[in-house]
Amino acid sequence: MDAILLQILNGLDKGGAYALIALGLTLTFGTLGVVNFAHGALFMLGAFCAVSLNQLLTLSTKVKDESITFFDAFKEVPILEAKFPTWGPIIVDYSVPLSIIVAIPVMLLIGWIMERGLIRHFYKRAHADQILVTFGLAIVLQEIIKHFYGANPIPQLAPAAVATSANIGAWFGLGDNIVYPWWRLIYLAFALLVIGAAFAFLRFTTFGMVVRAGMQDRETVGLLGIDIERRFTIVFALAAVCAGLAGVMYTPILPPDYHIGMDFLVLSFVVVVVGGMGSLGGAVAAGFLLGILQSFASMTEVKSIIPGIDQIIIYLVAVVVLLTMPRGLMGRKGVMED
Amino acid sequence: MFKFSAASDWMLFLLFSAVVLTMPIWLAPIGANYPDLMQRFAIFGLFAIGFNLLFGLTGYLSFGHAAFLGVGSYTAVWSFKLLTMNVLPAIGLAILTAGLFALVIGFVSLRRSGIYFSILTLAFAQMSYNLAYSVLTPITNGESGLQLTLSDPRVIDTAMGEVVGRSLPSTNLFGIKMSGMPGFYFCAVVLIIGFFISLRIFRSPFGTMLRAIKSNQTRMSYTGFNTRPYLLAVFVISGMYAGLAGGLMAVTDPLAGAERMQWTASGEVVLMTILGGAGTLIGPVLGAGIIKYFENIFSAYNTTQLNQVFAALPDGLQEIMVSVASMFVGKSWHLTLGLMFVIVVIFLPGGIMEGVRRIGGLFRRGQKSPESASAAAASTTQA
Amino acid sequence: MDNTVLHVADVHKSFAGLHALSDIDLSVKEGETHAIIGPNGAGKSTLLNVCIGRLKPDTGHVVFDGENLTGRAPHEINQLGVVRVFQTPEIFPDLNLLENVMVPILAKRDGSFKLRWFRRFWSEVDVRKKATDILEDLGLGPQIQSLATSLSRGDKRRLELAMGLAQEPRLLLLDEPTAGMARHDTNATIDLLKKIKASGMTKVIIEHDMHVVFSLADRISVLAGGRIICQGTPEEVKNDPRVKEAYLGEEQV
Repeated sequence: MDAILLQILNGLDKGGAYALIALGLTLTFGTLGVVNFAHGALFMLGAFCAVSLNQLLTLSTKVKDESITFFDAFKEVPILEAKFPTWGPIIVDYSVPLSIIVAIPVMLLIGWIMERGLIRHFYKRAHADQILVTFGLAIVLQEIIKHFYGANPIPQLAPAAVATSANIGAWFGLGDNIVYPWWRLIYLAFALLVIGAAFAFLRFTTFGMVVRAGMQDRETVGLLGIDIERRFTIVFALAAVCAGLAGVMYTPILPPDYHIGMDFLVLSFVVVVVGGMGSLGGAVAAGFLLGILQSFASMTEVKSIIPGIDQIIIYLVAVVVLLTMPRGLMGRKGVMED
Repeated sequence: MFKFSAASDWMLFLLFSAVVLTMPIWLAPIGANYPDLMQRFAIFGLFAIGFNLLFGLTGYLSFGHAAFLGVGSYTAVWSFKLLTMNVLPAIGLAILTAGLFALVIGFVSLRRSGIYFSILTLAFAQMSYNLAYSVLTPITNGESGLQLTLSDPRVIDTAMGEVVGRSLPSTNLFGIKMSGMPGFYFCAVVLIIGFFISLRIFRSPFGTMLRAIKSNQTRMSYTGFNTRPYLLAVFVISGMYAGLAGGLMAVTDPLAGAERMQWTASGEVVLMTILGGAGTLIGPVLGAGIIKYFENIFSAYNTTQLNQVFAALPDGLQEIMVSVASMFVGKSWHLTLGLMFVIVVIFLPGGIMEGVRRIGGLFRRGQKSPESASAAAASTTQA
Repeated sequence: MDNTVLHVADVHKSFAGLHALSDIDLSVKEGETHAIIGPNGAGKSTLLNVCIGRLKPDTGHVVFDGENLTGRAPHEINQLGVVRVFQTPEIFPDLNLLENVMVPILAKRDGSFKLRWFRRFWSEVDVRKKATDILEDLGLGPQIQSLATSLSRGDKRRLELAMGLAQEPRLLLLDEPTAGMARHDTNATIDLLKKIKASGMTKVIIEHDMHVVFSLADRISVLAGGRIICQGTPEEVKNDPRVKEAYLGEEQV
């Protein structure tokens, strides 16, 4: 029972990341009609925003090591901590959450450049061309990151205050066996917050209404004289921010390396397809659903019954869903119909 | 009066064979005439030809073709381990197994088209890759890869009275060792056969039906065709080509690893095909050759060599140039690959063959040589 | 009933509660040209789609020469000899004109699937000859080597007609064959259809243009609001008050 609850939490966490990436993916697909294979790279770029800020904050200087008195010894200390001993360490400690502030403008800019510079010219091209060009772009982006940051994963630490685990079981009087890392709980809450914000934005603002109308019927909205092109740029940039933020917050859970984006992209595409191309609700629901399924499949009890199920469960679900429900769980009629 | 006369096709075929067989001669000036690289040209050429039969003719973009390559490799190595070091059974079994895999995967995936098809093939390839690393370890030997050992039974070889010495036996074709130049010529002959079959398919009623499916699939069913068996047939053929390529990889180096099945490997064959020109006969081989050649050149460079290249420049500039250039070579060669991908899709959607055709069109309008005829085929099969 | 080829019996079709077709009963006799007319939204195209298997009726069935067509795949219906010419030209844009017409001929000759990968397509001399003849008949002779996508809209429609005729169908369904054509082209098409009529091919024509309908049809069914309100010869239909009310009132004949 406890194990199952823990697996659900694990699944929700993973699902949160899938959902955030899939949300942007399906948004760009639904409004812009673009199949973006570089979307995973945006997740990766977000994660490396966090890495960069951390490296920036921990730029070190040599200071005299006071603990050694026999001779003049020096040790490396972050400049920030050396100069501002009171709040310097706190800032370094909170580098991951602080990265969010940095990541938002950076991702907006990257999204803007990508849409203006490349994606825009592919609106009217075949889906195969879109897949190919964004696939190429994804390779370029990840190779650039590899060049500057190396091929090894770079671990990031959650702030010390939340680096411990929460005794969730005790909260609900379920005993002391359900212990779960604080940061993962925060990640889940954060993912839900961003998803909620995105939905609220699309539902309650005029801009969001136009975007949703555009997802229903792009041509008509264009005919209404609304400058849909400019909005496309913003939509794309927002999708980039969603993916980027997911990447930032995921760094303490999984140390990012240059191909983390590709790993998540393949899964997120499956999520989008299972949820139904162009369906926002479907992407979120499928994200959490597949995350949970994957967690359950990796339980030893399950693996002993069906060996290897944890490796293929997501793809298997995708195959079954695609064959039985051509439009995915919540896909609308008319989107990418055969 | 017809663009694709039988005579011009034979010319094209003979020309192709001559070019492939004389590779050791004309590749010498660019230093690419060593067997290992030329074998790779031939193997990836076959892989791309097969992929192009599916993607170029029908427009169905498979993102999981590397799975068939991997299956072919594993099958061939098992054939070496269990049956004989002769390459023919290995190749035959590799084609057969890959074909069976393609039949199953194609049967399911072809129920959908467009991006859904791409995702389904990708899902199957990822499943194969993940399984090869986990539960299928007894068959694939997991991360270390499947290798030959001295204790392999090799029942046919043993029955023929061959005694295994103290070193591992090498792959052979009735006694001719399949390494070095004989290995290359073997691959080259297989490539030529593969090209011939592809040529026949392109020019056959079957090929025309596939192009018609690409052009307007709905219309095909209202014209009275059951499109799915056509698509499944070409998917299986295409998978068999991939299996053949995988088998040949094992022939030249009897080792099979799961990384051959990764989806980046599937992406590579897509790139080869579109770089050369999807839907053309020669394009995919050309694309495969160019990518493998540049991979060879670029990935060999290191900082020392770059310093030599830019030695003539002033010191500061030299450092900058070296650091910029180092992004594109050595281990970072994939960056160059990715950029090529983007540039080709943006500026030359028809690939190199399209470029050749445009240039050819500028020089001699109206005239048709075999090359321009095949390039013209590109223009008629491009969507 | 003896020489009835196509029999649409008691067909209902509704989309999301909206009745597109109700109580449709229609018989088309061997060799006749049967026109279906009606105002926009009367359900003409829906009816045609039901006939070729694109849509499945909610109730009732469509019988062609003793074979039930309901629920059959499009290619099976085509193989039975029912061929449709679409309103928006459905051609193979990336193939040349000759290939566009040769492919349907091969469908009729070789059936719905035949794996012939070693023979040369251009060596099908008989098929090529037949396709060339048809294209020349339709005035597309000079363009047989060009890609279909390069044709003008009118020529594309003519090409599609050629593709349909190439299969020598037992029943040809024409969806507004002259819609969007200039008067000159319309007349040429009428002449052509008259010529086919002389050959005795059974045809169902959906048409908006009264001129076309009355110069071609042997019998006419008038569709309004998803029902057949009147059926008969052109003379009978012309004089039927219900038809005038429903349809002809808006378009003076």
